[in-house]
Amino acid sequence: MQKKVLLGNEAVARGAYEAGCTVAAAYPGTPSTEIIESIARDYPEIKAQWSPNEKVALEVVAGASVAGARSMAAMKHVGLNVAADPLFTFSYTGVNGGMVIINADDPGAWSSQNEQDNRHYARAAKVPMIEPTSPAEAREFTKRAFALSEQFDRPVIVRITTRISHSQGVVELGERENVPLKDFERNPQKYVMIPAHARPRHKFIEEQMLRLKEYSENSDFNTIEWKSRKRGIITNGVAYQYVKEVCPDDSVLKIGFAWPLPDRIIREFAEGVEELYVVEELDPFIEDYVRAMGYAPKGKELIPMLGELTPEIVDMALNKKKPLSAIPTYTSKIPARPPALCKGCPHGFVFGVLKKLNLVVNGDIGCYTLAVLPPYSAMHSQGCMGASIGMHLGFEKARGDEMARNSVAVIGDSTFIHSGITPLIDLVYNKGTGTVIILDNRVTAMTGHQDNPGTGKTLTGEDTHELDLELLCRAVGVKRVRKVDPKNVEEFESVVREETAAPEPSVIISTRKCILRK
Amino acid sequence: MKNIIFAGVGGQGVILASKILMEVAMNAGYDVKESEVHGMAQRGGSVDCHVRYGEKVYSPLIEKGTADYVIAFELLEAMRKLEYLNGSSMLIVNNEKIDPAPVQTGLEKYPDDIESWMKASIGRHLFVDTEAALKEAGTRRALNIVMLGVLSNYLEFTVDQWTAAIRSMVKEKFIDMNLLAFKLGRELAAAH
Ligand code: SF4
Repeated sequence: MQKKVLLGNEAVARGAYEAGCTVAAAYPGTPSTEIIESIARDYPEIKAQWSPNEKVALEVVAGASVAGARSMAAMKHVGLNVAADPLFTFSYTGVNGGMVIINADDPGAWSSQNEQDNRHYARAAKVPMIEPTSPAEAREFTKRAFALSEQFDRPVIVRITTRISHSQGVVELGERENVPLKDFERNPQKYVMIPAHARPRHKFIEEQMLRLKEYSENSDFNTIEWKSRKRGIITNGVAYQYVKEVCPDDSVLKIGFAWPLPDRIIREFAEGVEELYVVEELDPFIEDYVRAMGYAPKGKELIPMLGELTPEIVDMALNKKKPLSAIPTYTSKIPARPPALCKGCPHGFVFGVLKKLNLVVNGDIGCYTLAVLPPYSAMHSQGCMGASIGMHLGFEKARGDEMARNSVAVIGDSTFIHSGITPLIDLVYNKGTGTVIILDNRVTAMTGHQDNPGTGKTLTGEDTHELDLELLCRAVGVKRVRKVDPKNVEEFESVVREETAAPEPSVIISTRKCILRK
Repeated sequence: MKNIIFAGVGGQGVILASKILMEVAMNAGYDVKESEVHGMAQRGGSVDCHVRYGEKVYSPLIEKGTADYVIAFELLEAMRKLEYLNGSSMLIVNNEKIDPAPVQTGLEKYPDDIESWMKASIGRHLFVDTEAALKEAGTRRALNIVMLGVLSNYLEFTVDQWTAAIRSMVKEKFIDMNLLAFKLGRELAAAH
């Protein structure tokens, strides 16, 4: 069998390829981005695309599934928030061709706005979730997820985390299965969720979840490794690797089926050891469940709920061991090396002006969020993709005209296309008068320079229609739309002054290519 | 089991260096794992990679105090990884200074005593000046391969094994330049 060193994300792509997946869609988001990039680069058998956002990506993939294809969507944890609406209802319709959602959580918030634990989604949306512990398992689990999806008529979520996505390991490669397209039957009772159809489907999915629990209880996704019975540790994901590393003599129950959890195996394990522990990143998801079963494991009292786990955190918690360092401490300050805007970045000119004019800046998500830090220190709110424009309107509603004259919303081209269009409609519709600056650097930069509907190129580099942002803003009802190159700083400044002063909605499209864009 | 950390600044080629080491180790029959940083760190932030190889590797992250080698491509970045060292670890540093953003903007100072402090505080260390090698290789982008060349003196793999891995991991037209950079790095360590 051929072996290869693969990044966790590449291993996921490989698993999809081997499973006979033919359609894949995503919106870029660290740590999930390389999944779809690897598919586009390595596996032309799969039609892969960037969608404008995760909700659309999931809907495209659901359509492909209903039409009979094995299909996959990939996104970061907060992306699943955007795609939660389709998730909860495609849970009801179920699938035709196997449908898999790759969800990459980011414990430690290495490149995210929060550390949410998306295992809760599986429970809430009533879909099975499986969780690999390594790149090798990422390939295997992703591959198996497609058949599982078809067997139980459920979308299946594969949950990975940054430390699986961005770690490399040796992966054994398999062959691609040739999975023919399934027949598409017109079946509105299953695929059209009017209330009369949704109610019986709800019953069906509750029954399926019981069957899935039985499956989970008997499947090799969950495994017990008996060693000393003095201490037993239930663990999952990359935390499993840390446990194996620092507690080689303890018994371990590895949970690969994150939802539904396997009662029978948990019971067997809990009753087979003297002391029971749960080691998991983020929320006490397994721990709470085990407690509800009547056991009293040690878990979050020892293992932090915040941040990413590391081998030394687990070692200290379970073995009361201090890391051995023989190095004396350097007592003066070591300056940090935070990420910063590249030299000559177009955003730099924009924020130079916004800082000079001392405006309140409602920001958004992209490289430009770095403007919150010195030397610019020119961003005052930011939450999720597209929030800048809605918050900007909210500032005006709360504090009136004077606020609108002294503030702007700032949003990147890709983020605007992702979730900025509907709030711009809102701003016009509800008679806001604020100014929105679209930072059009002609690329989705922060995640590694991906194309988007505004660049005129697809994921695979083909030419396509180039979205005209100016036309779009005008169509929405913004009469004052100005296009300016921010490198012409004086002109840019006067445009910002004019537009913020004007008592009607305006959009400034700040157009200049990201300097790293070829 | 060997635990090796590469540390540097975004753009210095830290990830490729770790990939080549992994390839060498895998082809030599070892299990290997690695962990790296993407995303925000690429905007000129600190970047590090943990590489581990041996019979069977579990954790992709190295536990603090257990690194065998820390290879830093920059002086400040070396300082950030000291907690991974123990009494018998070796620290290899490219003695270059790259000002981080807070220093560039004058908010903070680049500490000027860290090289001498590390030399006094860390038992096994090697500080290399890669300027001449980079000039000879013809590009500063060869730094990662020069540093691999330095490291290669301390690991169990043969020059042939390294050469094969470099050939398979870099673009065709850069192979010769990289093999030269590797050789220069290897000699650089031998010279100390
Ligand atoms: S990658 Fe592009 S957009 Fe991002 S900071 Fe650098 S120049 Fe600016």
